[in-house]
Amino acid sequence: MRSEALSPSVFKSKAGLKIGYGVLYAVLTIVAALQLLPLVWLFLFSLKNNQEVFNLPPLSLPTHFRWENYEKVWSAGNISVYFLNSVWITVAASALTIILGSLTTFAMTRMKWKGSSLALGLFMVAMMIPVHSTLIPLFSIFNKVGLTDNPLSLILSYVAFNMPITIMIMLGFYYALPREVEEAAVMDGCSVNRLFFQIVLPMTSSVIATTGIINMIYNWNEFIFVNTFISSDSHKTLTVGVQNFIGQYTTDWGSIGATLMISILPILVMFLFLSNRIVEGIAAGSVKG
Amino acid sequence: MDKVMSNKKIIALYVLPALLLIMAIVYIPIVLTAYYGLNQWNGIGRMKFIGLDNYAALLTDGTFWKSAWHSLLLAVFSCASLIIYLAVAMVLATRIKGANLFRKIYLIPMLLSSVAIAQLWLRIYHPTNGIVNSVLESIGVANPPAWLSEPKLVLFALFIPILWQYAGFYILIYYAALKNIPASLEEAAKIDGASALQIAWKIKLPLAMEVIKVTVVLAVVGSLKYFDLIYVMTDGGPNGSSEVMASYMYHTAFRAYDFGYGSATGFFLLVICLIVTWVIRKITAAKETIQYS
Repeated sequence: MRSEALSPSVFKSKAGLKIGYGVLYAVLTIVAALQLLPLVWLFLFSLKNNQEVFNLPPLSLPTHFRWENYEKVWSAGNISVYFLNSVWITVAASALTIILGSLTTFAMTRMKWKGSSLALGLFMVAMMIPVHSTLIPLFSIFNKVGLTDNPLSLILSYVAFNMPITIMIMLGFYYALPREVEEAAVMDGCSVNRLFFQIVLPMTSSVIATTGIINMIYNWNEFIFVNTFISSDSHKTLTVGVQNFIGQYTTDWGSIGATLMISILPILVMFLFLSNRIVEGIAAGSVKG
Repeated sequence: MDKVMSNKKIIALYVLPALLLIMAIVYIPIVLTAYYGLNQWNGIGRMKFIGLDNYAALLTDGTFWKSAWHSLLLAVFSCASLIIYLAVAMVLATRIKGANLFRKIYLIPMLLSSVAIAQLWLRIYHPTNGIVNSVLESIGVANPPAWLSEPKLVLFALFIPILWQYAGFYILIYYAALKNIPASLEEAAKIDGASALQIAWKIKLPLAMEVIKVTVVLAVVGSLKYFDLIYVMTDGGPNGSSEVMASYMYHTAFRAYDFGYGSATGFFLLVICLIVTWVIRKITAAKETIQYS
């Protein structure tokens, strides 16, 4: 009875029900194919040479997998440099955002002070401000203090612009956290610092993981700040690096494919292992378009 | 308890780093953008105060309004695509097996960088070797267009990857909203003899309305400030036929070195985004907060 009640409703007979489900699955599968095919195609041409790209049907396998395309782009050009820059800048900015965000969220939800709601308002309004409207002044400020072409300009910008969304996701979690533990700890003479670092922070590990992943995805993919603030190859991250690299190799499809695959691989791997958290984080942070 | 938890030094220590950072990186630049807009400035030399000249010039700048029109078109496209996303989410939310896997697959493009997506779609649209024209030629289309070099087609061609990129995001939001609708409502309607379409139209749609309003704001504001993908794929071309507000601002400041005028454009972009958000929120005033499951 229950399973029938939960099934699509129009189909009265069993045969009708099967056809109905068939149609629904067909729709969902077509959408899934549309979402995946461009990426499959990318993967396939990253393993071909130009002759194979031009002469074989688009979704055919190459005669042999040319993994040497990957080796070639990794050692030629600066792809390995860009990759390492992306890794450390992403990790540093995300970690800093999480720490500062946690401290602020704790102070705004747990401690008693007058400006608390004003501070919260400032963080939330900042979410509505488009990055582009701050770009010119940021460039000239960083220029004045000697931070252009310096990874610090990226880290500071990433932390600031991801702070609102991080705090917003954390707020919900902190509000739901029971206060009894903290009260008991304070009664026992625990200092605020110890309370925060040894009791509260470990209790929020789940929201730290969610916001951490969201931050890493945003930072890994960020383009406009790198494109504007960074000029030397040794400081570029993958998004801008890939863009420049491909500019030089516009005719070699295999190399282009391999470069793009390298740039999206960390995200794909992360997705494979942490898809539930990613879905959770994207839904919670959906205010940021 | 209260005494410990209202220690001013600790509060300052905890809040000030983050607060000062968003002040320095978000709020002060906003004020400066408005101010730079009042000046003639090439970014390096001295600023010359010229009052509202830049803003006045912007109002009569045909190229700017053309790019604003393109941004608006993107916003309209995006809102129209919400209907497709909602339809897919409705199918997904029929308590079908594997729904969770499907919504995860849909989300993948949204997690990738716009630069990678743009580079990939540049190949997809490649006039001779791209997958689109290969397929068109194999089914007998003699001279398929060079999609991104046709002034009349380019904006539509650019919209396909945008539709593709954000599908999983909106489907995810809609799916969560539809899953929140109590099954009992649907059952009751079914007992009264309502068809699946009637249930979707008369029960699910109204109950998901709050979430739909939020997604309209997201889609419109997101479109108005859209930049990365267009910058990489066409750089606003050919001949300005895919220029949008953000790319126009970027070109004015960082290509033509007109920082004053670029700042005025940037400030205008901010004002438009805030007004649009406010107007849509007002029209569709949200009555309750949304809970995503």
